[in-house]
Formats: sequence, structure tokens, C-alpha cells
Amino acid sequence: MMRAYLSVFKLRIYTGLQYRAAALAGIGTQFFFGSMFIMIFVAFYAHSTEVPPMTLSQVITYTWLKQAFLALVMLWLRDNELFQLITSGNIAYEMCRPSGIYGFWYAKLLAQRLSSALLRCFPILIVTVFLPEPYRLELPPDLLTFLLFLAVLIAGFLMVVALSMLIYISVFVTMSPGGSLLMFSIFGEFLAGMVIPVPLMPGWMQDIVYLLPFHWTADFPFRVFTGDISKLGALKGLAAQLAWLAALAAFGHYTMNRALRRVVVQGG
Amino acid sequence: MITVEGISKTFLVAKRQSGLGHALKSLFHREYTAVEALQNVSFHIAPGEIVGYIGPNGAGKSTTIKIMSGILVPDRGSCVIKGFTPWEDRVKYVKHIGVVFGQRSQLWWDVPVADSFELLRDIYNVPQAEYKNTMALLTETLDLGNLLQTPVRQLSLGQRMRCEIAASLLHSPSILFLDEPTIGLDAVSKIAVRQFIKTINKEKGVTVILTTHDMNDIEALASRILLIGKGNLLYDGNVQGLRSRFGTKRTITADYHENNRPIDIPGASLLSWTPERAILSVDTEQVMISEAIAKLSAQVELLDVAIDTQPIEDIIVQMYKEYQL
Repeated sequence: MMRAYLSVFKLRIYTGLQYRAAALAGIGTQFFFGSMFIMIFVAFYAHSTEVPPMTLSQVITYTWLKQAFLALVMLWLRDNELFQLITSGNIAYEMCRPSGIYGFWYAKLLAQRLSSALLRCFPILIVTVFLPEPYRLELPPDLLTFLLFLAVLIAGFLMVVALSMLIYISVFVTMSPGGSLLMFSIFGEFLAGMVIPVPLMPGWMQDIVYLLPFHWTADFPFRVFTGDISKLGALKGLAAQLAWLAALAAFGHYTMNRALRRVVVQGG
Repeated sequence: MITVEGISKTFLVAKRQSGLGHALKSLFHREYTAVEALQNVSFHIAPGEIVGYIGPNGAGKSTTIKIMSGILVPDRGSCVIKGFTPWEDRVKYVKHIGVVFGQRSQLWWDVPVADSFELLRDIYNVPQAEYKNTMALLTETLDLGNLLQTPVRQLSLGQRMRCEIAASLLHSPSILFLDEPTIGLDAVSKIAVRQFIKTINKEKGVTVILTTHDMNDIEALASRILLIGKGNLLYDGNVQGLRSRFGTKRTITADYHENNRPIDIPGASLLSWTPERAILSVDTEQVMISEAIAKLSAQVELLDVAIDTQPIEDIIVQMYKEYQL
């Protein structure tokens, strides 16, 4: 079983690493949007009357991390092949394989995001570390913080894939990826802190955001990096992430099996 | 080996008439029509058989294949293949079968064929030594040598189909389902595919169930035919049986010295006539061929005679008509 998942993971990584031009274009776009976000934050901070809950340097670091690891944490990143598989009926082939489809797709999506992130994150990280103050990416206060960041980033990444699996599963019912994607990406993106970091949201909104799983995927790892969340907080958060991950995977597994039982492969 | 007992499957199809009015109406109230894709279909297939599963478009062929390969769940009936119920023991069961859907692809579009094969090897957990042997056999019989390093998107349809068939056999299944394996192939590729199916059936004893619209596939391969129409199983038997039941007509083409008298033979009808040549259709249930020729030679001075059996395609058309499919 594991061998199949590893194999599809490997193949998808190799395939993903072929797309050099897409990666270059992606890097350009992410620099552009990163700079734009930062300019907006700089303007807000310059005219702020209260002391904001995050320092400007923390917000800027947060933004650069978001841009560098976009492929790992963005919910809207999608595999059109899987959508086509479902809507065209080619899923027939996946169903004649002796492996669980949930695990198989999970491995595939994991690899797709990872290959895309590997190509993009290093140039962005390297360049932004050397930018002038205050626009630069500030390194974490100590090595332990950095290691914790890696752990929670990976856990968040695993959660994102589990969440995005729900989009694919919903397409079994709706047969149209558009709607599911739009819902998930607009709400998911905002609730994950991809538009503004969660501490900058109004108090009542933070209460809602902290109840939902999305903020664990982006907001939380990036704030561990900046030191905004303590080491103990990071460890506690990691436990919460793993609990969410288990719950999301179990839920996805269950709903997928239900959907597959009623699937109708049409035509041909 | 394969026992199908009374399976039925009904699909609900949303229906509405064209036009804005009906489109708006269907927002609130949807009308569904139940299409009975399969009604009480039963058959039994023994190991090592090659069975041709035929019927017009929409007859339920693919639905049956999908049920037998564990993709669809039937509404009623049972299906036991190698001791498994396909849709219930799906993961355990599918190791024993290979499936080719002629209109779909299982190969990864952007990577060389060999990469897809290796993925399948890992999915089915095929030991490396066994994989090598199977690959050697497949490469030779399907002539894949040059194709393996090519990305799938650059293969022609015939090349891709050969790879698809190979992909379905990497794990040495004992049953092979082929859903229109020769669709869109040229004559050479068709013959290669048929030859290959024969080979694996003979040498490895693989049971083959194939659906097709090409009657030459059936004649070349299948010793047994299942005919399905409108969800019902209409005929189960061999090709000869089909011929003796439906194909009792023969065509006689006769060339003779110029003769202006029209030919008249009881039990035979004239399809075309010129002073030098006549084509007759003879129903062998009414008149024996030898008798017809004897009468013919009494009426004209024969130069050449050719007798043709009815092509199986015509027989099928005749059967479809008879069953009003």
C-alpha cells in the first residue's frame, strides 16, 4: 500500500519539476504581490493611531513567508486532472486499482504542492533576506524556533491537503469544480490569515477564526517563525494541528467512500 | 469463474424540453426518467473463455463491464467472480482483473510510458523479477520497444492503445475486460491487438471479455457471443449457432453467356440481373444450394459461380431488427 503512495508521490514530483517556466512566472508574481501587500501594510502602520498587535517587521516577514510558501498553504491551488477525472468519468480506472483512492490522491496532491513549492521558495527566501530594512525577511530569534516552524509548517501543509481533498470530494456531488473552489478559496483564504494576519482582525472575528481549522495552515506557522507565538504555544498548536489533521482525514475518507458508492460513471 | 445472476441497474436521467420556460420550470421541479440499463441479466463464463459482448449503442454493455469490474453497484442481483463480489470486495478483487476502457486513458499524459508502467507496478505491488518477465513478454508481443521512452501525449492512437492494453496486464490478471479495445484503430493495429489477445488467452489462460462494434473482432476472437439489447440478454452461444439461426441466406453470383431470359428459381430471389450476370439470394431453409445451382445451370450456360455466406455484420443488423433494438 505504502509503495503505491510513495510511487505516485515520486512520479508527481518528477512531473512537477519539469515546469520551469511556470515556476519563474510564479516567482515574479509572488514578488509583485508580496511588495504590494507590504506597501499597503506600511501605509496602514504609518497612520495607525493605536499600537498594532504585531510589529511592522513581523507583518512583513509574515507576508514574505506567505509568498514563499504559497504553494504549500494556498487552498485554491488545484489539480485540474483530478477534477477532470471525476467529471469525465476517467475515475473508472482509479476505481479498478487495489489501493484506496483517498490515500492515492492525497499523495498526489502532496507531491504537486511540494514540487511547486520547492521550485519557488528558495529564490524568494534568499532574495528577501537581503532586502533593506524594514522590508526584509527577519530570521527567527533562535534555531529551536526555526525547527518548530518547520514542524508546524509541515503539519499545516498536511492539513491544507486534507482540506483541499474535501473540495474534490464535493465535486462528486456538484459535478462542477467552479462553485466548490470559489467557496473554499474565498473563505478559506481569508480564514487562514492569507489576506491579513489573524491578530490584525477585529476581536469578534478572531473568536470565529480560532474555532475553525484554517488558521492552523498559514497564520499559525508564520507567527511561530516571527516569534509572535511562544515555543510552548507552538508545541500546543502542533498537537491541535495533528488532532485537526486526523479529524479531517477521517471525515474525508468517510465521505469519499460514501460518494464512491453512489458514483455513476457515464458514457462509453 | 464468473457468475452473473439477475443483475439490474436503473439510471435516473434528468429530462426537460428545450426553451427558457422549461429551463425555469426545471429550477423548481425536475423530471426524471428511469432508464433501465440492465434488466435481469444472467450468464456464466468459464476460465479460459473469450467472450464477445455485443449490442447496439446504449444497450448496457459498458454498464455490465463496470459492474463486473467493481465500479458500479447494481440495484439488484448478484455477481460472483473468483469468489468475490466486485463492488463489495473492490480493493481485494481488482488485483485479479485487468480492464481497458477503449475511450479512456490510464496513462499519465505528460510523462514517458515507462513511468506510468512503473507506477502501476508499485500500485499492484508486482515483484521486480516478475515485472521484468511480464514486460519482456508484453514488449515483444505488442511491439512496445520504441514507445516506452516516449511521452504519452506524443503517441498515436494505435500506439497508445497497445500501451493501454499492456498497462492492464502488468500485474498478470487472470481476467481481462476490454471495453471497445479496437475503437478508432487502423487495420494493422486492429490485427496486432487481436493477435495479442489470442496469444495471452492461449499461453497464459487469461479469460477475456470484450465489447466491440467491430464484428471482425468477434469473428477473429470470440468462440462465444453474448448479445444484449435494451438491457436484456438476447443471445448466448457461439458464432456458428448465430449463423445457423439467423444466417441461413447465401448469395450466389453467377456469370454466364449472354442470355436475355430472366432467371427464375423457386426459393431464391434475384438481387440484380444483367444479360451476363445475376446475383441471387438463396434461403437455405427453403432450397438447398446444390439444387439452386443445378436449376441455374439448366437455365443458363454458366461461366463462373461464387457463393458467399452472409457477413456476420448483416446477421447482427438482422437480429437487431428482429428484436427491434
